[in-house]
Amino acid sequence: MANRSFNPDDKPRQRGNGTGRMALARNVERPKSTKDAIARLLETLKPYKPQIWLVLFFVIIYTLLGLVSPYLIGVAIDQFITKRDSSGLAKIGLTLIIIYLFYNLLTFVSNWIMARVSQLALRDLRRDLFNHVQSLPMGYFDTHPAGSLMSHLTNDIEAINQAVSQNIVALFASALSIIGILTTMFILNAWLAAATLVVVPIFVWFTRFIAKYTVKGYRGLQKDLGEMNSVIEETISGQKVINAFRRNESVLEDFRDTNQKVYKSGIYANTYALALMPVTSQLSNLFIIILAGLGGWLALRDLVSVGTIAAFISYGNNFLSPVRQIANQYNSLQAALAGAERIFGILDTPGENEDDPGSIGIGKLRGEVEFDHVCFSYVPERPVIKNFSLKVKAGQTIALVGPTGAGKTTIINLLTRFYDVESGVIRVDGINLNEVRKSDLRRNLGLVLQDTFLFAETVLDNIRFGNPKATDQDCIQAAKQAEADHFIQQLPEGYHTNLVERAANLSGGQRQLISIARTILADPSILILDEATSSVDTRTELRIQASLLKLMRGRTSFVIAHRLSTIREADLVVVIDQGEIVEQGTHQELLAKKGFFHNLYMSQFKGNEI
Amino acid sequence: MREFQKLLRFYKPYHLMAVLSLAILFLIIFFDLMIPRLIQRIVDLGITARDLDVVIQTSLWMLGISVLNTIFVIINNYYSIVVAEGIGKDMREALMSKIQDFSHADLDRFSTGMLITRVTSDVSTLQRLIRVSLRIGTRAPLIVLGSIVMMFVTNSTLALWVMPLFLLSLGLIVYFSNRMEPFFNKVKDQLDRLNTVLQENIAGALVVKSFARSDSENQRFAITNDQYTRYSVDVSRFVAAMPSALTFLLNLGTVVVIWIGGLESFSEKITIGQIMAFTNYMFVVLHPLLLATELANVWANGAVSAKRVNEVLETIPSVLPSPQPLPLPRKPIGRIVFENVSFGYSAEEESWVLEDVSLEAQRGQTIAILGATGSGKTSLIHLLPRFHDVSLGRIKIDDIDVRDLDQDELLSRIAIVPQESILFTGTIRENISFGAPEASLDQVIAAAKMAQAHDFIMASSEGYDARVEERGRNFSGGQKQRLAIARALAPNPDILLFDDSTSAVDVETENHIQNELKTTLPDKINFIVAQRISTVLNADKILVLEYGKLAATGTHQELLGSCQIYREIYDSQLGGGPNGLKKDTIHGE
Repeated sequence: MANRSFNPDDKPRQRGNGTGRMALARNVERPKSTKDAIARLLETLKPYKPQIWLVLFFVIIYTLLGLVSPYLIGVAIDQFITKRDSSGLAKIGLTLIIIYLFYNLLTFVSNWIMARVSQLALRDLRRDLFNHVQSLPMGYFDTHPAGSLMSHLTNDIEAINQAVSQNIVALFASALSIIGILTTMFILNAWLAAATLVVVPIFVWFTRFIAKYTVKGYRGLQKDLGEMNSVIEETISGQKVINAFRRNESVLEDFRDTNQKVYKSGIYANTYALALMPVTSQLSNLFIIILAGLGGWLALRDLVSVGTIAAFISYGNNFLSPVRQIANQYNSLQAALAGAERIFGILDTPGENEDDPGSIGIGKLRGEVEFDHVCFSYVPERPVIKNFSLKVKAGQTIALVGPTGAGKTTIINLLTRFYDVESGVIRVDGINLNEVRKSDLRRNLGLVLQDTFLFAETVLDNIRFGNPKATDQDCIQAAKQAEADHFIQQLPEGYHTNLVERAANLSGGQRQLISIARTILADPSILILDEATSSVDTRTELRIQASLLKLMRGRTSFVIAHRLSTIREADLVVVIDQGEIVEQGTHQELLAKKGFFHNLYMSQFKGNEI
Repeated sequence: MREFQKLLRFYKPYHLMAVLSLAILFLIIFFDLMIPRLIQRIVDLGITARDLDVVIQTSLWMLGISVLNTIFVIINNYYSIVVAEGIGKDMREALMSKIQDFSHADLDRFSTGMLITRVTSDVSTLQRLIRVSLRIGTRAPLIVLGSIVMMFVTNSTLALWVMPLFLLSLGLIVYFSNRMEPFFNKVKDQLDRLNTVLQENIAGALVVKSFARSDSENQRFAITNDQYTRYSVDVSRFVAAMPSALTFLLNLGTVVVIWIGGLESFSEKITIGQIMAFTNYMFVVLHPLLLATELANVWANGAVSAKRVNEVLETIPSVLPSPQPLPLPRKPIGRIVFENVSFGYSAEEESWVLEDVSLEAQRGQTIAILGATGSGKTSLIHLLPRFHDVSLGRIKIDDIDVRDLDQDELLSRIAIVPQESILFTGTIRENISFGAPEASLDQVIAAAKMAQAHDFIMASSEGYDARVEERGRNFSGGQKQRLAIARALAPNPDILLFDDSTSAVDVETENHIQNELKTTLPDKINFIVAQRISTVLNADKILVLEYGKLAATGTHQELLGSCQIYREIYDSQLGGGPNGLKKDTIHGE
């Protein structure tokens, strides 16, 4: 599970489904409602209406031109070649050249325009999607694993890209030319036209037959591939342990089994899927054979001319290739539509509750916080916070203490408005939280969590993330206050060192210090700290502790406390159990009470007594 | 190309099948190219000569050929798939076996994610390459070549007229294929950048939200998005030009055939049937030519994957088994000695991870290792089971250098509890007996009891048969650590290595585990890497590492008096803190 939110430990999380690896298998999903998906995809093209009308106009013209040329070839054979008319032949030759030129010019121009239009439409879709993902409530990220969300976003957009950039014009042109060719053939010779149509049902039947087995085959392959990939993933991720416990042979054995299965189902699925193209091209031969055979027979009875047969053969080639194209791209189109559906699903997920129209902008807060009979639940009927009331003066340090799942994190989630209260009110400086502009509120809050997230940018830019207006000097000053300056100076390029993804080139402690510097720069009035145990070594932890103390000075601080020192120094210790405050007071008062806190304290500390 | 040559050995077992598939392809193309000639026969000998028998006979011939060809096509298709799937399977297996020989350093060098993509997506890219090459790659040039031959056979004068157009279109394809690659690479790079921004904003959603920076992130995305779109438009436009240009050239060919052919026919040098055959060849050629451009792209992608696969296959593991291994005495291991051990990932002396470390451990002793992150604690214990090899000095177990031992036997005497407790999908029992597959349920339970895991295992109704999900994500950090400890205890090894393996376990439970180890397994040699002073208090020997060097050795009491670093650590956790306040640590799960 990705560690991006700070463990909403008291809420159920959806399991990741490992979609990433599934993406490797060929996509044979079908959209739930093809019509809706297409309609919404077309909607994304709306801003480009004029260009699309122009392209459609071009498509009509070039389809007509495409119909004329085989006819002219027929005419050339019947009227001029057999009648030995060289000037007529020259005329028709030149006409053909001009027609071909325009035909190809128009296809080129349409594709050229559509290339831009479809890419711009995709850009808009990506932008909308990104902006929307930005606005999704934190709860969405808590229930959707980052990995699978990411792979959906990238794979689905890519599938749409594939389909849109190649198919939109081509599909329209194909449909148009199929109709045009059929009409022309019937006008030229109804007998011959009718006879050739015999091929169409065979074609359709065959495509369906193949599609049926392809879908079945790919489903099996997808399942086996998923299994194999999860064996690979698990083996390689656990490779060090496997080496240590000498299980190499047995894991290889497991792998071989799944590998063999993929091999078999791969052969099965691909044999069907890839048969479509070569077999259909054999079917177009059949088309020509019928034309030549029947045409010859008809020609001998003078019911058809040689030129017409020649024209028909050309039409035949032109007729089957769009049909073939549609058949071949059927799968990728389906995948694109299924992807589109998922993307629209994300776009339809409601974003964070909009700020109320009447919400007020606030400047810097003093830092008074009041929880007034707050209730909250992630899942209806299962309250996590019950009737929670707490009054905090500006500058106070509050230690939140309690067993796992007590609701400590939820309180923080409510204060930051990652989630909104169900009933009751939270006030900052006496103002109802729900009436404050969210961005203004969050600018006043500073979160320092165990899992620090840094961006793959320079150290300086990462610190500046806290306040975009800060100068380099401000950033360095903040780093100094956070006691991070020393180690940053020692990085290969100091403050301009580029961090790699997830800042893997820094230690956990170093990441923590940079995140503190970032928060110092943001200068929040209210601080939220999570002190869960970490594998940072003790001396680094001391440094973090010291810099945190500096950060807390003069700010209201909520600390999910794990350190005794924090608890001892807090102005108020709030002991939470099952969503309710069971005790509150100073460390000494609570110990004297010999209640819940006393028990908690004794059980956690007994071992540490020497 | 060299990268492909190196992979040739994977192709060898399928050579015969590939040749067979190629031979069938020859037949298919030959027959395909016969069709226009047979139509010519119908026109010239049937229609023009008014002979119905020829029409019927030739039609039947064509029908027969077409049916036969359909069968051939299916066989060819099948063989090409078997070859591609087979090679893919063998390649995956070779990679996985190779990875089994990797040392820790090798595994670190390729990260986990990279290795996984190499076994999965890189291999499937290569599979696609083989499939496409066998089906289209060989087909396209053969059809073009065959068509040219057939044109010359049909009528060489007309063929010569058409030839320049053919050469021009071939040149066009070469030009497009060459220009395409850099275009595509540019788009791919930009796509990577786009995905990074996306990835960061999903993974870092909390940070972006809490600093209220959505607007600026939207802008950052928009810039990358626009740039990517610009490149994509360039590519799409470039790609759009290709089929139009190629089609136009071949259309011109058709005009040449009609016009010149028509003129020639006046003097009976060519028949109408031949003219029709020519126009047909023009059509036949167009399709494979268009596909050929796609092929260039598949090959370019394949080359990248081939290189990445080769990188793995060519890796010489940094730890190699001894050619003539010595056996360990059958009795439990009595003594471990580190003699002036230095270790670094590269050979340069400035970058020692460990420098001149010497130590000795006897049967029944517990050695604790303390130090800051990066001081070399983990590396030190990893040298013993040869996850890495020492750079200088040596490590001896009962007076035999570990590098001379049989690796399998060495590992059978050592068990490690790694820092990150990786569990595998399966049952709890399977996980605990991971290092001792033959262990009885009683042995598994005994190990779990020592590791203080038995109670929480039994709390679930399925007990030891409860499922462990991927990476053990259905267990808390502390539970995973205890299962990992049980797993290490189950094979009953002589040496136990604990790498900060109780960080998520509370102090009380940790004490229980330590007591169990001491009473139930008194004659083991334990190495414990720890952050918490409370973990190391009772060790027989505590090593304090600083910057890879041994700063001090001794018992708790000795070090408290003699070692300043140790005192500092002690003070920070159990003594007086920097503010003169008593500081303790609560370790919750």
